[in-house]
Amino acid sequence: MMRPQRSIMARSVPMRSAIVRSLLACVLVTGLFAATAVAQEGEMPNERWSFEHAFGTFDLAAAQRGFQVYSNVCSNCHSMKYLHYRDLSGIGLDEDQIKAIAANVTVPSGTDDQGNPKEGPATPASEFKSPFPNDKAARAANNGALPPDLSLIVNAREGGPNYIYGILTGFGQPPAGFKMQDGMNYNRMFPGHQIAMPPPLQDGTVEYTDGTPNNLNQEAHDVVTFLAWAANPELVERKQIGVRVVLFLMFMTGLTYAVKRKVWSDVDH
Amino acid sequence: MAGLTKSEFANPVINWIDTRLPIFTMMQKEYAVFPTPKNFNYFWNFGALATVNLAIMIITGIFLAMNYQPNADLAFSSVQHIMRDVNYGWLLRYVHQNGASMFFIVTYIHIFRGLYYGSYKTPRELLWMLGVVILLLMMATAFMGYVLPWGQMSYWGATVITNLFSAFPIVGPKIVTLLWGGFSVDNPTLNRFFALHYLLPFVLVGVIFLHIAALHVTGSNNPLGIDVKSPQDTLPFHPYYTAKDSIGVCVFLIVFSVLVFFAPNYLGDANNFIPANPLQTPADIVPEWYFLPYYAILRSVPNKLLGVCMMFGSLLVMFVLPWLDTSPVRSARFRPIYRQLIWVWVVAVIVLGICGAHKPEGIWVVLSRICTLYYFLHYLVILPVLGKLERPLPLPESISRPVLGARGGGPLPGGAPAKPMEKA
Ligand code: HEC
Ligand code: HEM
Repeated sequence: MMRPQRSIMARSVPMRSAIVRSLLACVLVTGLFAATAVAQEGEMPNERWSFEHAFGTFDLAAAQRGFQVYSNVCSNCHSMKYLHYRDLSGIGLDEDQIKAIAANVTVPSGTDDQGNPKEGPATPASEFKSPFPNDKAARAANNGALPPDLSLIVNAREGGPNYIYGILTGFGQPPAGFKMQDGMNYNRMFPGHQIAMPPPLQDGTVEYTDGTPNNLNQEAHDVVTFLAWAANPELVERKQIGVRVVLFLMFMTGLTYAVKRKVWSDVDH
Repeated sequence: MAGLTKSEFANPVINWIDTRLPIFTMMQKEYAVFPTPKNFNYFWNFGALATVNLAIMIITGIFLAMNYQPNADLAFSSVQHIMRDVNYGWLLRYVHQNGASMFFIVTYIHIFRGLYYGSYKTPRELLWMLGVVILLLMMATAFMGYVLPWGQMSYWGATVITNLFSAFPIVGPKIVTLLWGGFSVDNPTLNRFFALHYLLPFVLVGVIFLHIAALHVTGSNNPLGIDVKSPQDTLPFHPYYTAKDSIGVCVFLIVFSVLVFFAPNYLGDANNFIPANPLQTPADIVPEWYFLPYYAILRSVPNKLLGVCMMFGSLLVMFVLPWLDTSPVRSARFRPIYRQLIWVWVVAVIVLGICGAHKPEGIWVVLSRICTLYYFLHYLVILPVLGKLERPLPLPESISRPVLGARGGGPLPGGAPAKPMEKA
């Protein structure tokens, strides 16, 4: 409350910019606090992802390998219930491949003539089959912990793909003196470092057909690429449309600016 | 014949309609030839931008509502259905979701314009108060909209905010039960929030109509904050300001598009990708960014009732702002001290916003208390006192001759005495 008093006398301007500048500094310092206050559990990995940045797209080969990792490993515990088999065209699988994948899965398919529920092969229009009929069954099979649905997991965690990658590659021995609960696994990335999921991936867990090395990091990278696609299947189309829309709008801005100049040319302002 | 308008439109169909219902004459008068101060800067675009934004929200909202299920068991997956299966559903939803943020960005700048150039002062008090009503309605709409996707943050945000009403003695718990339609946030809550979220934007349209009607009675303020003196000070709205507003709309759409197409979840919360779970509270419950300053005010006070009152008070105080600010000079350009202090206030609000995003611990509590204090000090002490103490710079004679004496505070030509104030 002293400043106003003083500047009532001093009508000059430099004072003002000094105040504004120190205020801005204030905001910056607060921002820095904000940055450091986010005490991370483990070091957040900083992987390079094909789909990052304004023009990034999905590395389809990686996403397909990632689908293989999901099908062979994760799908034993995790559902992806917002996906349909037909959606897999988004990672570059063709109709026949998708039909073949769906046909290998058995799902409930309505009722027979007697009204009894019956089962049959899935079709491309079927939802991804969940490993457990309900959450209770999922918990019962997993030591009381619920494996979350993975359809949106990349968007549902702070840090996105890097965090999921960090979980998958973050298993290890607890440091000396760290008390582990029964049935839990040590994970550097997970908040609290104790996760109910057993390490799902090791070197060589899946056999790639395209000759890509199947070490842990590669497998994790691939499955995260697949999961990122699953969470944002519209990403590539979105960015493509976005580029065109923004270019068009920039053109329109130029045009309206020219029109405005013309309209205002007779005004003295 | 009594009552029929003499229409000046040449087109016979338009003339026929206009004679019986003079909407064309009215549009002509209010939007085409409407005399508008000629010295607007780009801050005067934001009202038009807010209107465009509202139209975008209503259109995308109606199409979302065609595919959305207001049912606690289905809401989350129906939004996923929109995102994945509905043609261009992702576009509709991202536009609607980020449109809410854009709406607040635009409206906050619009309000700042009003504060900086004193647009709330006489004779525009009612116009300003209608604006505050619009802000409150927008907030209610956005809050209820955020509940609809029924993610973790939707659910817990709704729980925390509705629970605030329980702080009021006697009626509090009853209000909460009424809001919930039961004894916790649940399906009935979602149902009524959906109904209200659909309704309120149309109430907004009505209030915005009044806001603009009031504007067309008083006429617009301008960066100099002085009254229009002669026709030389004004230009017809069309084509001058339709042209200028069009530039604003284009730039606005660019910013909007960059958000929607390249960073649609940047302003969102990761927790809202997890379906609502009443049994699991998220580590920290934070509202959308546009509520953060108010949330920080709420959490800066240890007493719940007092915190709630301060939070609502921080908004309600804007209703009486025209009477709290005792300075007769409108534009901050001619108020050397207010011109600095308004920035201090802006910084306080921004710091409050940053505090609101953090758990109320340590430094964040201290900062949010200081800023809350300053926020109220600004309205309740500084503005009333400052108007009396501050020596305003001399005001220019008219809009068409503004250069004289404006910035430097030099003497007016012809030895005219510094005109201390506009007709107050
Ligand atoms: C044996 C069953 C099982 C398998 C196989 C499995 N998970 Fe999990 N997963 C779990 C369980 C149980 C949890 C819950 C952990 C908890 O909450 O402590 C979990 C949690 C997770 C989480 C969430 C971590 C968090 O931040 O909450 C991710 C991500 C995840 N799993 C990814 C995967 C991926 C990718 C695979 C395949 C490579 C996989 N899981 C394979 C059982 C499994
Ligand atoms: C003032 C204008 C409006 C504002 C500020 C607003 C704000 C919001 C917000 C913040 C959300 C949550 C977005 C999300 O996180 O997904 C939302 C969702 C929704 N809104 Fe609106 N809205 C407005 C107008 C409307 C109108 C007019 C309608 C319908 C007629 C509508 C229908 C919906 C529907 C169906 C949803 C749920 C789908 C979804 O979450 O994307 N909205 N709104």
